[in-house]
Amino acid sequence: MLLIGKGLTQLGRYLQLMGRVFSQPDRWRMFMKQYVTEMFQLGYNSIPIVLIISFFIGAVICLQIKLNIQSAWMPRMVVGYTTREIMLLEFSSSIMCLILAGKVGSNIASEIGTMRITQQIDALDIMGVNSANYLILPKIVGLMTIMPILVTFSVCSGIIGAYATTLIGATYVSELNEGFRYDFNQWFFWCGMIKAIFYAFVITSVSSYKGYTVEGGSVEVGKASTDAVVHSSILVLFSDVFLTNILT
Amino acid sequence: MIKLEHLYKSFEDKEVLKDINAVFNDGEVNLIIGQSGSGKTVLMKNIVGLFEPTKGRIFYDDRDFSAMSKKEKIFLRREMGMIFQSAALFDSMNVLDNVMFPLDMFSDMPYEDRKKRALECLARVNLQGAENKFPGEISGGMQKRVAIARAIVLEPKYLFCDEPNSGLDPKTSIVIDELISGITHEDKITTVVNTHDMNSVMGIGENITFICEGRAAWQGSNKEIMDADNKALDEFIFASDILRQAKQLHDQQKNNKL
Repeated sequence: MLLIGKGLTQLGRYLQLMGRVFSQPDRWRMFMKQYVTEMFQLGYNSIPIVLIISFFIGAVICLQIKLNIQSAWMPRMVVGYTTREIMLLEFSSSIMCLILAGKVGSNIASEIGTMRITQQIDALDIMGVNSANYLILPKIVGLMTIMPILVTFSVCSGIIGAYATTLIGATYVSELNEGFRYDFNQWFFWCGMIKAIFYAFVITSVSSYKGYTVEGGSVEVGKASTDAVVHSSILVLFSDVFLTNILT
Repeated sequence: MIKLEHLYKSFEDKEVLKDINAVFNDGEVNLIIGQSGSGKTVLMKNIVGLFEPTKGRIFYDDRDFSAMSKKEKIFLRREMGMIFQSAALFDSMNVLDNVMFPLDMFSDMPYEDRKKRALECLARVNLQGAENKFPGEISGGMQKRVAIARAIVLEPKYLFCDEPNSGLDPKTSIVIDELISGITHEDKITTVVNTHDMNSVMGIGENITFICEGRAAWQGSNKEIMDADNKALDEFIFASDILRQAKQLHDQQKNNKL
């Protein structure tokens, strides 16, 4: 009962904060400046990790399917086909967002949390700036904007990873080509995009909430950072179940 | 002028401020003094609106701050400048951007004019040449001076300073005090300083409010403080040997005159 009460209080405070976040910026010029900065910091700086992880996961999925699924009873193209579908439907959207929840979520929570304990947020409030809107909205919109690009990069990198397995002789280019082209459903690509954009909102808003509501010192900032990663990861997985059910 | 009427503030069942009545005058350095934990910072946070008072009213030149809507409070805050104990500069911005920030947010001036105004304020606090440095690259005293420049860039009517000398050496503290005092008199600002630095009390305290256990126990100037008939104030002000001796000397001179 106590846990439910605590959860509802948190939800209420989160919704109140979002109410302040989604208001008109005090100055559009400053919003645009912050928006571009956040796209760069949260999105552009995540491109290397997205490319590296997707490349290796693409290669490993391809190898696992080749070794465990493909048999004389299966068509040759199953390796490429399954790799493509896994990358499109789950890995490049959901699993990539779980990884980003770790990188981006902790970054946001610790940045905003540090601003809170060093009174930088109080300074904004005293100036008459809507601090929630100024600090959080550009992060949410920035990551939601750049997320489709990250998903596209992830899918491409995964497919390149799958092709890389041909270099060690594990698969053949011809069977991958055939699989990647077989029965392509464009909607699956858009499903991944919709899911990723939704997760981008979850990661940025939950992490910002955790950072914005920090009270205390550096220990609490560290705890908020961990909580941000844990809570946004759980919410990503939880919403994945519903979104997958609704979209596919 | 800022006027506090019967101000109370409680946190759950703990009453931190009890029936505070005080007046902070225009063009004067108004000090709030008291021991650590006496409620000074809570009082200042109530005055600037970071906390809501449990009871009582705050007037800014006859405008009732407590009765204002959220939007009206935001507009009034644009007439305030604040210097925090930790300076609270934005880490991600250099000195110039920190000082320009209020102008960027609230002024329609073109970029060149905003920059000129920010550089003027930096010159006023003797920080020419530091505009491209980041807060982490400058000393605590310089950070406080940047905070002062940022607080005055929009020409505020009210300036609040929360322990501006905290963590500074005595010489730098005097520089900060002189800057605050100079700006207050030149610009006719209502300045409220939260401090327990006795040098500030004796040097710039034109109107001092002593807070003891959440109550305004005494109000007067630095000239009157030597003759104040208040035990708690005496114990607080003259706690150090030097000041106690100064007090004894003052009392002796007074008795000799009589």
